[in-house]
Amino acid sequence: MTLTLDARTPSGPIEQQWANARFAMKLVNPANKRKYKIIVIGSGLAGGSAAATLAELGYDVACFCFQDSPRRAHSIAAQGGINAAKNYQNDGDSIHRLFYDTVKGGDFRARESNVHRLAEVSVDIIDQCAAMGVPFAREYGGTLANRSFGGAQVSRTFYARGQTGQQLLLGVYAALSRQIGAGKVTMFPRTEMLDVVVDPATRRAIGVVIRDLVTGAITSYAAHAVILATGGYGNIFYLSTNAKGSNVTATYRAYRRGAGFANPCFTQIHPTCIPVSGDYQSKLTLMSESLRNDGRVWVPRNQDDVARHPDQIPEDARDYYLERKYPSFGNLSPRDIASRAAKEQCDEGRGVGPGGRGVYLDFRDALRRDGEDTIRDKYGNLFEMYERITGESPYQVPMRIYPAVHYTMGGLWVDYHLETTIPGLFCLGEANFSDHGANRLGASALMQGLADGYFIIPRTLGHYLAGVAAKDLADPTSALFRDAEAFVTARLDRLVNVRGKRSVDSFHKELGHLLWELCGMARSKQSLTSALAQIPVLRDEFWRDVTVLGGRDSFNQSLEKAGRVADFLEFAELMCQDALIREESCGGHFRVEHQLDGEARRDDDRFCHVAVWEHTGDRHEPVRHIEPLVFENVKLATRSYK
Amino acid sequence: MNNPAPTAVSTVAPAAASARTLRLTLHIWRQPDRASPGKMVTYPIEGVSPHASFLEMLDLLNEQLIARGEQPVAFDHDCREGICGMCSLMINGRPHGGKPATTTCQLHMRMFHDGDEIWIEPWRAHAFPVIKDLCVDRSAFDRIITQGGFITANCGSAPDANTILVPKDAAERAMDAAACIGCGACVAACPNGSAMLFVAAKLAHLHHLPQGQPERAHRTQAMVSAMDAAGFGNCSNHYECEAACPKAIPRDVMAMMNRDYARAALLARARDEKAHGTG
Repeated sequence: MTLTLDARTPSGPIEQQWANARFAMKLVNPANKRKYKIIVIGSGLAGGSAAATLAELGYDVACFCFQDSPRRAHSIAAQGGINAAKNYQNDGDSIHRLFYDTVKGGDFRARESNVHRLAEVSVDIIDQCAAMGVPFAREYGGTLANRSFGGAQVSRTFYARGQTGQQLLLGVYAALSRQIGAGKVTMFPRTEMLDVVVDPATRRAIGVVIRDLVTGAITSYAAHAVILATGGYGNIFYLSTNAKGSNVTATYRAYRRGAGFANPCFTQIHPTCIPVSGDYQSKLTLMSESLRNDGRVWVPRNQDDVARHPDQIPEDARDYYLERKYPSFGNLSPRDIASRAAKEQCDEGRGVGPGGRGVYLDFRDALRRDGEDTIRDKYGNLFEMYERITGESPYQVPMRIYPAVHYTMGGLWVDYHLETTIPGLFCLGEANFSDHGANRLGASALMQGLADGYFIIPRTLGHYLAGVAAKDLADPTSALFRDAEAFVTARLDRLVNVRGKRSVDSFHKELGHLLWELCGMARSKQSLTSALAQIPVLRDEFWRDVTVLGGRDSFNQSLEKAGRVADFLEFAELMCQDALIREESCGGHFRVEHQLDGEARRDDDRFCHVAVWEHTGDRHEPVRHIEPLVFENVKLATRSYK
Repeated sequence: MNNPAPTAVSTVAPAAASARTLRLTLHIWRQPDRASPGKMVTYPIEGVSPHASFLEMLDLLNEQLIARGEQPVAFDHDCREGICGMCSLMINGRPHGGKPATTTCQLHMRMFHDGDEIWIEPWRAHAFPVIKDLCVDRSAFDRIITQGGFITANCGSAPDANTILVPKDAAERAMDAAACIGCGACVAACPNGSAMLFVAAKLAHLHHLPQGQPERAHRTQAMVSAMDAAGFGNCSNHYECEAACPKAIPRDVMAMMNRDYARAALLARARDEKAHGTG
């Protein structure tokens, strides 16, 4: 088994590539589309929009999600906005500028052709969402309003108060519901994909094995193509801004069946989250990056001032360190840079709040300038959320924030068609690796999810299906599916039968703490080597001492968690291996050995590539392949936000 | 949102919400599955940080139960930041605990006092059968949305977004209604188990916008029919739904729905009579 990494980048100048590719793609006759079965795993922005749009085209779609309704996928939690190169503000935006900002923001570790296509379709996304009734913020004349986000000097972010992800997802859910009502999509809520079935003869994906989370039943489903849109793996750190159910299982199971996994070490730490307050904590809450439009980040200049009330600290004793270090982007510096700067201030003893792990995000000046009503209008619900959690009002005292794990740029490797290294297995949204390089810019995740689902997969999947005969649908009762079911069942039985003493959560917390310390905001050869020594020990202990009460034939939330944590315990090793071999700093991946004046130092001679990992069996080390990255349209340069 | 009824949970944080921990007595509904009978079971718990969220308090209980070899309590949750709508829970007889505009996951233990007894139950409504313990089946909500909770706009057919002008005020009112998270607190709070607030919020979201107008009459009729078919009760103007809504959806959306429903019925009758030559 060996991976071939053909990115299938279309020919021609970058502005022409998507048009050329669309014309070159084969089409499926409208009357034949209903004969093709498509499975979509996940119902967030990427999966939900893909399922709805493919059903609109006439395909026979089945969609699975682990929540009790497709409306609850984690895309819903995105607060700030969605980028699009509309240039409605007449401030110099263009498709090329969004493309440029995204490639640069990603620290030159994304594929140019994919990013350009993303920027192109961004304008169509806004049109589609507005037509579907997404209640975007408006100007008094009725046109769409915009705001700014990190890493950009134009206002291109569209928003619906602080609930943009929710409103976009409800738009997707509405489109999906219309197709469910029309009988074109069969929806399976409260289900979890536990394996992908690949035909060894053709190497194609032919179906999936699903566990019904209510009854515990294990069932196989066959399809002509399988789409994974299962989000990111940030919960590997236990504490993250992700929903509690977010997990790596679907993509990791696909990796074990032969899909290459790209850049697993590229994880994003978001600079503005509510700090950790105690060991009972189960998740971290993000405070939208949009707050940095008006909030100013600072710490006391003097270590002796950290315990003083912020009102008592005079202006000249405050260090607005982002404005000082990065005068042209200031508080809107990209996430990786703002996160590291906060860590640096706290490491030097100037952090505020319990444990000294926090910096101020202060709205005093904006409140004086614009008045409380204006600020309430823009950020009211975010301020309320902050107050509910901390018991402090940001109108009166500055917010305290600290970086937290938020997003994973790494994911299954996909080519220009969003197809993984397994033919017929596609991967969309955060679950793939394709568009954000080593750091994602704010308001770009929603853009990518909808670009993939609404506009890209409907084209590329047709091209794939045009080469597959409709009659070649696998038999879900065949031996291949039976074997996969037996494998899944045996693993569940094994989890239930350990009957140890430690809870699943206790292992998850320990793994998360270990990774945060050793493979978090700063990584070194020493820390990663130590993590790689500790993870297998913890994993062995898990399989020796975990306790999962109840059986597998019923609703069992402990068993669901146990399966996901077991996969995290394996995937953690891959993440650390990837981080160890990438001996450079880029974007969210910061190797302390590779820095220049405290800033990340890339090594383009050795690492201007995508690292793609191939699973070669449990007894063998995974193999690292590379896809070289070529920059013909954006000049490779050291990022500067100064 | 004004709530005249006495709140079960204090809305004012105790002045001394310090490092001390709380000792509580929990009475929790336990039910193994849909078919079996359930009952309240009492669990003492201590060491609860006042800064923990309500669900983190239940996490702590579950850790203690697992350590004793007892089945943990099943409850629905996901984002834990008040937006996904997955968490539920009747807390002391109030959906989401009764703190205004707050979901259970955003309810913090600083709102309780040392020594408190807390009763925790699932949503109780004919249309929301219990799956296990505190988890209920809310798929009836999804079935209503499939019957009209959308604007028919196939992907690819949209005009430039700024060709549809939406007055700022209309966009704001649409957004107020669109803030619904579909948690079902309105149904749980209603003595009739009515889903009026949920359905009316979706209709108001779409009908405040120009994009929602072409399908307005049909959408209203279809969603109301689906609501009735799903087994939800009728509204008899208690407005418990409004008081319980964690997103503070105002009850006037229901007036808008009733108006639209009456208009749609008249239109349908006029159309009918014209077709049959009796008008």
